[in-house]
Amino acid sequence: MGTIGVGALWQAVATMAASSRSSASRGPSPADVLGRITLVTGKEEFLNERTVVAVRAAVREHDAEAEISEATASELTMAVLGELAAPSLFSTTRCVVVRALENLPEESAAGLLTYAADPADDVAIVLVHGGGPKGSGTLNKLRKIATVTEVKSTELRASELPRFVAGEARAAGAGIDEEAAEALVQAVGGDLRSLSAAARQLASDFAGERISVEKVGRYFGGRAEATSFAVADHAFAGRRAKALEELRWAMDTGTAPVLVTSAFAAGARGLARFSGAPRGMREADLAREVGVPPWKIRTLRDQVRGWDSTGLAGAIRAVATADADIKGAGSDPAYTLERLVLTVTELRTR
Amino acid sequence: MSVWHGLVGQRPVVTSLSGAASTGHGMTHAWLFTGPPGSGRSNAAIAFAAALQCERGGCGECHECRTVLAGSHADVGVIRTQRLSIGVDQVRDLVRRSALAPAGRRWQILVVEDADRLTDQAFNALLKAIEEPTDRTVWMLCAPTVEDVLPTIRSRCRLVTLTTPSAADVADFLVRTLGVPDDLATYAARASQGHIGRARALASDDATRARRREVVSIPTRLRTLGAAMSAAAQLNETSKAEAESITTELDAVERADLDAAYGVVERGRKPREYAPARAALEREQKTRAKRRHLDVVDRALMDLVSVYRDAVATAVGAPGGLVNEELREQVTTLAEDGGPEGNLRRIDAIFAAREQMLEFNVPVMLALESMMVSLLPPVDPAGGSGGAGAASALRRRGNA
Repeated sequence: MGTIGVGALWQAVATMAASSRSSASRGPSPADVLGRITLVTGKEEFLNERTVVAVRAAVREHDAEAEISEATASELTMAVLGELAAPSLFSTTRCVVVRALENLPEESAAGLLTYAADPADDVAIVLVHGGGPKGSGTLNKLRKIATVTEVKSTELRASELPRFVAGEARAAGAGIDEEAAEALVQAVGGDLRSLSAAARQLASDFAGERISVEKVGRYFGGRAEATSFAVADHAFAGRRAKALEELRWAMDTGTAPVLVTSAFAAGARGLARFSGAPRGMREADLAREVGVPPWKIRTLRDQVRGWDSTGLAGAIRAVATADADIKGAGSDPAYTLERLVLTVTELRTR
Repeated sequence: MSVWHGLVGQRPVVTSLSGAASTGHGMTHAWLFTGPPGSGRSNAAIAFAAALQCERGGCGECHECRTVLAGSHADVGVIRTQRLSIGVDQVRDLVRRSALAPAGRRWQILVVEDADRLTDQAFNALLKAIEEPTDRTVWMLCAPTVEDVLPTIRSRCRLVTLTTPSAADVADFLVRTLGVPDDLATYAARASQGHIGRARALASDDATRARRREVVSIPTRLRTLGAAMSAAAQLNETSKAEAESITTELDAVERADLDAAYGVVERGRKPREYAPARAALEREQKTRAKRRHLDVVDRALMDLVSVYRDAVATAVGAPGGLVNEELREQVTTLAEDGGPEGNLRRIDAIFAAREQMLEFNVPVMLALESMMVSLLPPVDPAGGSGGAGAASALRRRGNA
């Protein structure tokens, strides 16, 4: 009867967790979890963990003495499940977290389903599925049972990360500027756990203050994810210093040297084909002719101003040589790449 | 018709090998056959194997000769690969086999085609077996040059050096075996530059001739950067398509065999072992496709080199015919355009691209682009682009 209502509430929690306008503080109520099965799915492991913590908190809120236990699905036989779910000597309220549901032995699946259809009143069961197609049969059967609530975490897109940071900071009692959030994402990267920790760290360091870009810059410098394409783009646009800086970040964060040369190859190829393409074509046709996505055409149009065909020919040769050097003809990839950046920017006619 | 019939223009080699087979003079337990690609290294090795197994020293008629030449003789093992290299595991199996006594009465013979593709590890696994083989075991390795095998292997083998057959020899061979008209045979013999397999393909297949025409016409088309880029893209695409036409069919057959072996039918249940086996097969097919692609590109580059070679020969007035006799006009233009130095530099650029692709695994597309822009006519420093060169070339063509 209450399934829909509960489902809706949980859905709200899940979306809130994802868009992170809220924190764990507004989790489920004890009635939502006790005597029910909470099925945790989705790819964001950090958000999944947060759901598990929220359930535990709800159980504790109901009964501070509640017994909380953990198990992995691979060791879950009916005997174990029975034992975990049975009232103990010390407390009647229990919470059982079963992890890695995808590894559930086939013979236990039927038992689990039977239990799920008629769960014990004072027991909250949390089933955590690690993602992937494995065990999806059991998942689908579980979803059809009325006492099962699914909490699904959706993966965050890169553009949603600053909002996530802002939500984390607010949950920790601090406001953060939009720019500051973006700077933090750039410095820390896309890992939600690190982002959350960083936001909370800042919130506690600057208690009661608004977090600004300067404050982020004081603790978090640098770049977590520099792309090889940024290096190539800067180099072909003639921004030598910027390209070298970006190259350093890229290499320090473990970008493979071959990715940098392949980005340069793509850049040089795009420019050479663009400069050789017939004039007066429509943008979409031009993109097809050059072999790049349409949005790239504008970048090419900007970059191509500084290049003549001799320069581009030299650049293409330099990229091929550098690629061979990285793959064994030379000995130091860092030197090779820096020389490549310098050669390419030098060949550009201002 | 003796077993030596299929060797073209290798009289000295045939004399010494047939002597070793019939009289035992100079016979040894390990042989290294070297010679330029297409000169018939592996054919020579197999002919020699047949001669060794034959009671009459390679009559070409008896059961022994026929089975060796057909590749079904029990005591002649031929190891060839369609992949980029021959690994140590394959060689260990081979070494085990080499220790067996022959099933027949004469020799246990192991022929390694493409010995240049053995990895260093594989060579080292081979060392001991080659140094002290059992009494009746004979090793035959084939490689383009002696530098392609480890010095330790080289010193344990008797060297057989095949020469590049002359165009006349090849043309004669084509007329004799394929029965093609004389002018076509002469063209194929010249264009193949002594590569017999290539000459046969050129003489017998229209599509192969068309592809070659396409490649040798590249130099005259290279006028601007845009042209160079599209020439590179086009060469990459056509060679990929050609390589795929060879491998796709084979891939499908292998897939079907694998499915049959594991009892997999459409939409049916698949055994647990099927997925890894299929992944392994696909990996292997991928490396094979890569090698085919490289082989095809490599051949196209050799055709391209021949045009510049002709230009250099024309410029310095070297005696002897041109490889691309039918392109004499374009070659002359090219010779005037770049001069011998310029065209030598272009040949260098082609070999550099080859090295980048084959040695250092540079993406084919990138290596080809880098090569094509190096083949462009030198830019007139005052004129800015290649316009002046193109105009003069047009004028010359108009006069001719």
